[in-house]
Amino acid sequence: MSEASLTTAIVEERVKPAKRRRAYNVRRLPGFAPIALFTFFALYAPLSILVFYSFNAGTSLAIWEGFSLRWYQQAANNAQVLDAAVRSLLLAAVSASVASVAATMAALATTRTRRFKGRTMIYALINQPLMVPEIVTAVALLIVFAWIKVATGYTGMIYLIAAHTAFCIPFCYLPIRARLETMDDTLEVAARDLYAPPLKVLTRVTLPLLWPGIIAGYMLAFVISLDDVVITEFVKSAGQETIPTYMLGQLRRVVTPEVNAISTVILVAGAVLVTLFFWISRGRR
Amino acid sequence: MTDSALASEPAPGALEAHAARQDSRNRWLLSLPALLIIFLFASGPLFVMVIYSFLSPGDYGNVKWDFSTDGWVNVLLQRDIFDDTLMWADAHLSIFWRSLSLSLITTVLTLIFGVPTAWFIATQRPGKREFWLFLVTVPFWTNLLVRTIAIQELIRAEGVINNVLLALHIIDEPLQMMFTDFAIGFGMTYVYLPLMVLPVYAAVEKLDFRLVEAAYDLYASRWTAFRRVILPLIKPGIIAGSILVFIPCLGAYVTPRVLGGGKNLMFGNLIELQFGAGRNWPLGAALSLTLMAIVMVALIYYVRITSREEKKDV
Repeated sequence: MSEASLTTAIVEERVKPAKRRRAYNVRRLPGFAPIALFTFFALYAPLSILVFYSFNAGTSLAIWEGFSLRWYQQAANNAQVLDAAVRSLLLAAVSASVASVAATMAALATTRTRRFKGRTMIYALINQPLMVPEIVTAVALLIVFAWIKVATGYTGMIYLIAAHTAFCIPFCYLPIRARLETMDDTLEVAARDLYAPPLKVLTRVTLPLLWPGIIAGYMLAFVISLDDVVITEFVKSAGQETIPTYMLGQLRRVVTPEVNAISTVILVAGAVLVTLFFWISRGRR
Repeated sequence: MTDSALASEPAPGALEAHAARQDSRNRWLLSLPALLIIFLFASGPLFVMVIYSFLSPGDYGNVKWDFSTDGWVNVLLQRDIFDDTLMWADAHLSIFWRSLSLSLITTVLTLIFGVPTAWFIATQRPGKREFWLFLVTVPFWTNLLVRTIAIQELIRAEGVINNVLLALHIIDEPLQMMFTDFAIGFGMTYVYLPLMVLPVYAAVEKLDFRLVEAAYDLYASRWTAFRRVILPLIKPGIIAGSILVFIPCLGAYVTPRVLGGGKNLMFGNLIELQFGAGRNWPLGAALSLTLMAIVMVALIYYVRITSREEKKDV
């Protein structure tokens, strides 16, 4: 080996480790990544266990006795569960529909405009259900509805629908407003310039553009209504169980994997709706 | 409309003002259905509750229409049955204390797990961030009761944790975790963790990493850079997250009911008790309004913090 090549080798040897050393990553904080990964694990582990035991063949929640759909069958044949499921879905569908219409109107009125008198007040009122703890709204409704129930003798579903619609409105309003704010009004102005009457501008231009926002709002409201326990528990009349209140009642008795089976169905349905929601609201970017 | 056309009008200012008034009236009309529903079935009943808090409890629940301040007095004090002297309502005070301390502990725990998680997501490559955010958001939108039941399965006497510990011979008999304050704190941390991650993530995402780089260039250690540079910059997100976790904890009802059982009540369960077995609606109304007032103070603080941030951005 010549002297020159030896020198290069030495130099290379010296340079190498420096080259190999990774750049100092300013975004890294020691210990954060493991904690974060643990957190993700911890978020999903309990739910996975819940789902896992819903397929247990045995009666016990603790001992695995083989795979079976037994508890799903039992839930599907349980008249109380079916009754509650139908009620939950109907309640969510009606409340979310009414809330979407009201929220769309309010969003059209409060966006893409200069500040007008009372706009902040409308915002505050619409978001009010988000500010007050649910238990407080629940007992306040209990008080008012108890009074109306005594006065009129009517104990139908209207109370639940009214209560659910009210707390669904802010959840509808937010995505619809977000969508409206990213829409500019050039197409609507163009339509108006071409002498389209206001109603036609709304149905042919504004609403088609706004549609993803409305669907997103509807789905959010649907999920929120489906999940609600507290307000439903206080407002419902006798025999008006929804799936969550039915499950809450079951927890006081001996718990069988049937509750897991129902939970799994709710979990999957919720996850699908939320995924769709994400997918739709991503489309606006 | 051109300028000359405008100028030929006799009083353009008045016309414009009229149009603006009409416009704002139309906008109010359009918002009316939403406002009406919310007023009738969310805000309005709160006012009715104020009235109820000044009435006397009925014999079988509900109220008698006699004015009384007992509802409010009983929030903190109780009257001795024999000699009518007022003393501290120890049962209530211990429930308030449990609510407050568990909410604080939960907030600290969500900080310990939430801040690293938010940091982890925000420092991923932009394309990957959405995936991790999605992973945090999905549990948040899934049913609260289902998530609480999942925790119950985990910590029951025959639950997974006890079975694993027994199998490993770490313990000889199952630990009693259900129906304790530990269970409530554990459950609330699990349930409300996403509420911490999301605002902290928003703060870390906006963080100017050149400042962090500058700190390292000036020979700051990781810890010093975190404490002196990063933490002050993401503080608004941390405060926002803390309040977003603290508020629902304080008003929690489902989680303490399922995991705490009948003995370990929190504020929300104490309220329910007054409308159920307690048969003291005025006290229940007064307790609800007290809870609402506390939450409002926290919210106002939250709004001030976040709006100050928005101003800074502009």
